[in-house]
Amino acid sequence: MGSTQESGTEGGVLTESLVVFLIISVVCVAGGLGVVFSRNVIHATFLLLVSLMGVAGIFLLLLAEFLALVQVLIYGGAITIVVLFVIMLTKSDEFESLVDNSQKPLAFLISIGLFVVMTVAAIAADNGNTVRASLKFSDLGHSLFTDWAIPFEVASLVLLVALIGAIVISKQGEEE
Amino acid sequence: MSLLDLLKTISAIMGMLTVLSVIVLSLTLLERKFIGRIQMRKGPNRVGPFGLLQPVADAIKLVAKEDILPTWVDKVIYWVSPLVVFIPTFMIWVTIPVARDVVIRNLDMGLFYIIAFSVLSIVGLISAGWASANKYAIIGGFRAAAQLISYEIPIILSVLAIAMLAGSLNLERIVDAQATKPYIFLQPLGAFLFLCGGLAELGRTPFDIHPAESEVVGGPFVEYSGAHWSVFFLAEYINTFAIAALTTLLFLGGWLFPGLPGNVTASGVLVFLTKTYLVVLVIFWFRGTYPRLRIDQLMSLGWKVLVPLGFINVVVTAVALKTELPEIILGLISFVILASTFWIISVRMRTAPKPEYTVRLYDPSLEGLNAR
Repeated sequence: MGSTQESGTEGGVLTESLVVFLIISVVCVAGGLGVVFSRNVIHATFLLLVSLMGVAGIFLLLLAEFLALVQVLIYGGAITIVVLFVIMLTKSDEFESLVDNSQKPLAFLISIGLFVVMTVAAIAADNGNTVRASLKFSDLGHSLFTDWAIPFEVASLVLLVALIGAIVISKQGEEE
Repeated sequence: MSLLDLLKTISAIMGMLTVLSVIVLSLTLLERKFIGRIQMRKGPNRVGPFGLLQPVADAIKLVAKEDILPTWVDKVIYWVSPLVVFIPTFMIWVTIPVARDVVIRNLDMGLFYIIAFSVLSIVGLISAGWASANKYAIIGGFRAAAQLISYEIPIILSVLAIAMLAGSLNLERIVDAQATKPYIFLQPLGAFLFLCGGLAELGRTPFDIHPAESEVVGGPFVEYSGAHWSVFFLAEYINTFAIAALTTLLFLGGWLFPGLPGNVTASGVLVFLTKTYLVVLVIFWFRGTYPRLRIDQLMSLGWKVLVPLGFINVVVTAVALKTELPEIILGLISFVILASTFWIISVRMRTAPKPEYTVRLYDPSLEGLNAR
């Protein structure tokens, strides 16, 4: 914690962090490809978990320990479990017919567009800063509740509204 | 990080695995002996002196047992699930200190790390249930998920109050902050919430809804046998010890004891292990004493009692810290809330109308039980 570390290549030599990064990236990308190409929805969900854990690893590599743990807790624990619940409690036979439908070209287009935008953004954001520094956890909490208090509260309000909305929608279905 | 560091880390992890395995062996014997005494039996006493070799015999039996693979299971997920349950339980021990500086890596966010990783094993339980392709297994898996997600909240809230008091998520600092007063005196409510939630996380009596033998015949584990089942078993006992260790660290002052030096490793480990095994005995005592909750009772206890109490606990602690209330007052308030909760529950249990059961007998003139 609180340490700084050189990253990336040092004169073209593979450093440990680069090796770890490559391993994690392979896991991430393989998991992501698995999600897309898997014909079994449950398998896809578990591969999604693998991919998300890989992202947590990348956060860890960037010395963002808090984000990595949040990734594990929220995406690994909560979201995967909810996705599994939804898939297992609905009739998954119905998804079979939805796999190859007319939205495919559109989805392809949007994905490519998103990929291009993110690549351009990543290249544009490269300001030659290769020193990673980790933030002290207490500083993070302090800035979250002082400088960023309003966005934080707004985000929690949005989540609360979503929660109540979900309950209202599910209750409406019950009454009918 | 050099190669030497890597070797050191690997040897530390292997050492931890060995120590944890020995602890699990001791726990199984302790549990059987203790439950035996509660039920006025002697417990295992045939293998070795006082039955001391019983766990070794059990382990050999488990490993030698046939590992059955039913033809209908989803093979990959079926084999991976025990690991998904086991690895997080093992990983949280990386940051649990046994005495001052006796820890693999003391993380600044130790508590948060433990909570984040302990959630992951829920995925393993669901996937084990699903991959078994067995009705009981999948019902057990769903029960596990519902129960574990619900009881994670009171645990997080009680831990939050502790972190507020100690001003840190680092487990060593939390223990240091308890030098003069263990937090159980300041947070009896928090200790209750943590132990309750912890028992539910473990799936131990009275919260053993997902492996309930009489309802779902072992839940997610029903199809597993041999070595793979023993991985689940190992995970459960390591988790039991972890919850006891965390209770010790968060509420009972960890390796500190009045009159004993806190900085000496040997006495620290001894004090820590004594306290932890006492908490483990309490957990076993619950198992020998209480019946299992029904699933609706479990859910209503979680959401209607423990979660609101968790929020009350956090708010009370925050107000007490903000107004700089004397610590004894905080402890008293917390205790009064806890005692009144017990009182309200006991009064309600006595006065609540008994649910009416309709016993439906088999009537051959009706077509099965579905006809009403």
